[in-house]
Amino acid sequence: MVASKDSGENLVSVQVDDHWISVPRGTRMIEACKQAAAEVPHYCYHPKLTSPGNCRMCLVEMGMPPRPSPGEEPELDADGHAKINWMPRPVIACANTVVDGMGIRTQSLLAKECRQGVMEFLLINHPLDCPICDQAGECTLQEYSVEHGNGQSRFLESKVKKPKNVEIGPRIRLDDERCVLCSRCVRFSKEVVDDDVFGFVDRGSHSVLTVHPDRKLENNYSLNTVDICPVGALTSNDFRFKMRVWFMRETKSLCTGCARGCNTVVGSREGKIYRQSPRENNDVNSAWMCDTGRMEYHQLENPARLTEPMIKRGKKHRTVDWPEAICRAARDLTKFKGEQLAIIASGRMTNEELYLTRTLAESLQPGVVDIVKREGEGDDYLSHCDKNPNVNGARKVLKIRSPGSKLKSIRKRIVEDKIKALLVIGEDLIDCGFTEGELSSLQCLVSSHIIANPTAKMSHVVLPGAGYAEKRGSMINATGRLQRLNKAIDPPGQSREDWEILHELNRAVDGCDGVTELADVFTQMASTLSIFKGLSLSRIGDLGVDVMDTGETVPLLEREARRVSEGLIVG
Amino acid sequence: MADPRYIAGKKPHPRERRMIFRNVDRSGWDASIATYRKDGGYRELKKALKMKPAAVTDEVKASGLRGRGGAGFPTGVKWGFIPPDNNKPIYLICNADESEPGTFKDRYIIHQDPHQLLEGILISSYAVGAKVAYIYIREEFPEGAVILERAIEEARTAKLLGKKILGTDFECEIYIHRGAGAYICGEETGLIESLEGKRPYPRIKPPYFPAVLGLYMCPTIVNNVESLCHVKHVMAMGGKKYAQLGTPRNTGTRILCVSGDVQKPGYFEIEVGKLTMGELIEDLCGGMKKGRKLKAVIPGGSSAKVLRAGETYTIRDGDKEKTIGLPDIPMDFDSLAACGSMAGSGGVIVMDDSRDMTWVLNNINTFYAHESCGQCTPCREGSLWMKKITDRMLSGGGVPSDVETLVSVGNNIAGRTICAFGEACAWPTQSFVAKFPEEFKKHTSRRNIGKALNPETKTASAGLGD
Ligand SMILES: Cc1cc2nc3c(=O)[nH]c(=O)nc-3n(C[C@H](O)[C@H](O)[C@H](O)COP(=O)(O)O)c2cc1C
Ligand code: SF4
Ligand code: SF4
Ligand code: SF4
Ligand code: FES
Repeated sequence: MVASKDSGENLVSVQVDDHWISVPRGTRMIEACKQAAAEVPHYCYHPKLTSPGNCRMCLVEMGMPPRPSPGEEPELDADGHAKINWMPRPVIACANTVVDGMGIRTQSLLAKECRQGVMEFLLINHPLDCPICDQAGECTLQEYSVEHGNGQSRFLESKVKKPKNVEIGPRIRLDDERCVLCSRCVRFSKEVVDDDVFGFVDRGSHSVLTVHPDRKLENNYSLNTVDICPVGALTSNDFRFKMRVWFMRETKSLCTGCARGCNTVVGSREGKIYRQSPRENNDVNSAWMCDTGRMEYHQLENPARLTEPMIKRGKKHRTVDWPEAICRAARDLTKFKGEQLAIIASGRMTNEELYLTRTLAESLQPGVVDIVKREGEGDDYLSHCDKNPNVNGARKVLKIRSPGSKLKSIRKRIVEDKIKALLVIGEDLIDCGFTEGELSSLQCLVSSHIIANPTAKMSHVVLPGAGYAEKRGSMINATGRLQRLNKAIDPPGQSREDWEILHELNRAVDGCDGVTELADVFTQMASTLSIFKGLSLSRIGDLGVDVMDTGETVPLLEREARRVSEGLIVG
Repeated sequence: MADPRYIAGKKPHPRERRMIFRNVDRSGWDASIATYRKDGGYRELKKALKMKPAAVTDEVKASGLRGRGGAGFPTGVKWGFIPPDNNKPIYLICNADESEPGTFKDRYIIHQDPHQLLEGILISSYAVGAKVAYIYIREEFPEGAVILERAIEEARTAKLLGKKILGTDFECEIYIHRGAGAYICGEETGLIESLEGKRPYPRIKPPYFPAVLGLYMCPTIVNNVESLCHVKHVMAMGGKKYAQLGTPRNTGTRILCVSGDVQKPGYFEIEVGKLTMGELIEDLCGGMKKGRKLKAVIPGGSSAKVLRAGETYTIRDGDKEKTIGLPDIPMDFDSLAACGSMAGSGGVIVMDDSRDMTWVLNNINTFYAHESCGQCTPCREGSLWMKKITDRMLSGGGVPSDVETLVSVGNNIAGRTICAFGEACAWPTQSFVAKFPEEFKKHTSRRNIGKALNPETKTASAGLGD
């Protein structure tokens, strides 16, 4: 919203469908209607993008208070508002802002006729693809044609033919016959991610969306265009034809691809994830996410997923049940003390897991605890160069001062035979520069991971954990926001949520940890760590809470704020 | 200044009042600056530069000059829309896209009297505070662009362009921009987008009123070629004196371009409102073609609503109202509007009784379906739909519901689009079908199904029964 302080002066009275409401000056008519619970149907309007006003779906009837001549008093209605003069021409609600005393009719005959007319125009050349279209079920064209269409076609002509199934980039296909030319994708690419790759060619009814002849839609945010496309014109190769949207369960969660912690919705059915899309959070990721993060869920489908606990006997692993695996891990680990034992945890772990690692460390008293650093390339939008989603959690909860700084000395001390036992949680040490020789010299190597990686292969005890979409917990992102990860699907086979594994280990080592469910872990954490004071897992809410001031800002949000202040977008 | 002489056969009709077209078809005249100056050219610029810019604008306001590009908006009032506290550059754009079918006046100014236009642009730029002016000339006028380039070079050499124009502090550059070959480039915000190097997608108004957020989001005044030329004459005569030309609220002269089924089609500069439609057709154009009767007139470019011979209209005459017929309509802005059409761009298209109105409408529909920019839904989809319906009707495939469908498609476009192209493409359909219902029904009656219109003559003599 444009006006930040809702002081009386900044508020104006607007009549929406006969009811008067107060909204901040400068509010778009469409947003005022929304506040009055009179949702105005629209295609091209998107609060995060500029308003071209091209679809004409949001046409409403508008009226203004009369301007009385000097000395003349305006005629008042029963509520004491000046009587409204209704305009004969409809106006678009998306790009026009309210003024004091304005009247808006979203349900008048004129408004309804306008919508019906636009719906008919959009449908005459639209192909009959619904039965094979991925968008079916969440298609605004389908939805509005039921609500605002006229049911019967008067169109006796042949439809305009346009290109179908065009590969416009590595991840997206375009069907021009389905496109309603709303330009959302064009504007997103140009305005949000500075990739002006889309454009329209030809004119009139033959207008088609295309990408620049020498270029592809391949920026790392390209899949957001699929989300905002109101119809099935842009489809994701990844999701195409895989699942009907109405069958999917939606779980609000987070991306763990980097320290941004973009808010997501995970779509799944019967234990399988079909897609992941961004969820609006104006303190984190606006309404977007990067393609890399979006595709991360595929790691959960890795055929090398660990599904059962294992114990190494001789050179071979054999599967065991959980009590045996935990018992063995605890027995082996407790044989070593101080100097002899090290724990390597992960910046991908949740706060709860990190907390239980900390209580475990309090019992086991290892000489050193560290996590693996995960530096990568960030960009000027959302993607953060820290590819660990919860380094701030590791700092605060596990008290890691300088992530990854001790790994070198751990290796050295393994070689020197000072460290004899290692507990590795959620990391592959070979991938972090450890050698097989080093790991094989350990007397005790216990590891937990989701993939049968080289570290697992060398481990004496292997504890199969859960992927990020298979568990609950909290994380703190780069800007210090505490957010909640939710469980979309069950971990495969016998594998378990990591907090449970750590909880069992704690119990096996120390008897009792006073925890029966995940929420208890947070409660314990909140009683010992001041930043979590007064919070609980449920109180974090869907959008998270700021718990630290890291001094970091989000480049994409800063630019968005600038566009809001210039009045270009609603935000 | 002696009265000009004209080349043989091109002598203006005595009822014309040649001002803007004074030098068009003039014998011994050419487009050079020497010829123009010898005839007193650039004197009005000198006069204007001695005045305050606001005083020039006041003269234009006093003159009552209304835009000649289509909408007939008062030019001085438009200039006054530039925000007073503006601190951005101001641009002036001369709209030389002349693309409304039936209109052919600006090209003669450009071809034969380019310095008149440059002088008008310079005076107007001075008045509005523009240091840069563009002439957006349609792609299909390649020769006009060359002539204007040459004229600009001459003006620069004569120190009428650049810094310190005529020794004053006024500076101004004029650039030619070749158009992008589309009708919509003539719509002022589409033009601005095109000038910025983009597709000519018209902008929504509000908020993008050119005088506030125009070219590069700076205040911009867009005026038609002819309008800008009038500014020179307002300067010459003074606003008040100019306002005595024509009729009240419809001042000055304007060029009418007559095409169609008349004996002598062509351009005629008349005092606005001092001539009726009948006089225009009978006197200036020599009447209808032999043996033919007037059937209909589109009075202001192809998008104007058609007027049917035999109709009557009620217009105001002073304080009274009076009823008139088509030949009695005074050729001015307000009268044509009162008769349900518009003066528009001055393109008068006359049709005789040999014309099949469905074919005429189909011809117009074909143009608009081709020229819709495709940005907004109603016009994009509706313009082609209307064309397809009239196509089908002409090829013998009409069905009774077509007439109703045509009108409702038009109704669903007009007033609901981003730019006035929506009206431009809907008005023909709305008016033709409303005024010639019997002709459209003929193409949709069962008896005539399968009977196509004679594609050669495109006339109603193709054997369609009633
Ligand atoms: C579809 C469309 C096409 C237009 N084409 C022209 C044109 O070719 N030339 C022109 O001067 N004005 C054209 N106009 C009008 C311009 O938008 C604008 O109103 C005009 O240039 C203003 O000049 P004036 O005030 O001097 O008339 C067109 C308008 C529309 C809606
Ligand atoms: S592809 Fe989708 S988002 Fe892009 S213009 Fe077409 S309908 Fe709009
Ligand atoms: S920016 Fe980071 S958190 Fe956001 S989607 Fe990409 S990888 Fe995930
Ligand atoms: S009315 Fe027609 S020409 Fe104007 S913006 Fe819409 S589609 Fe383009
Ligand atoms: S939402 Fe498309 S015009 Fe308003």
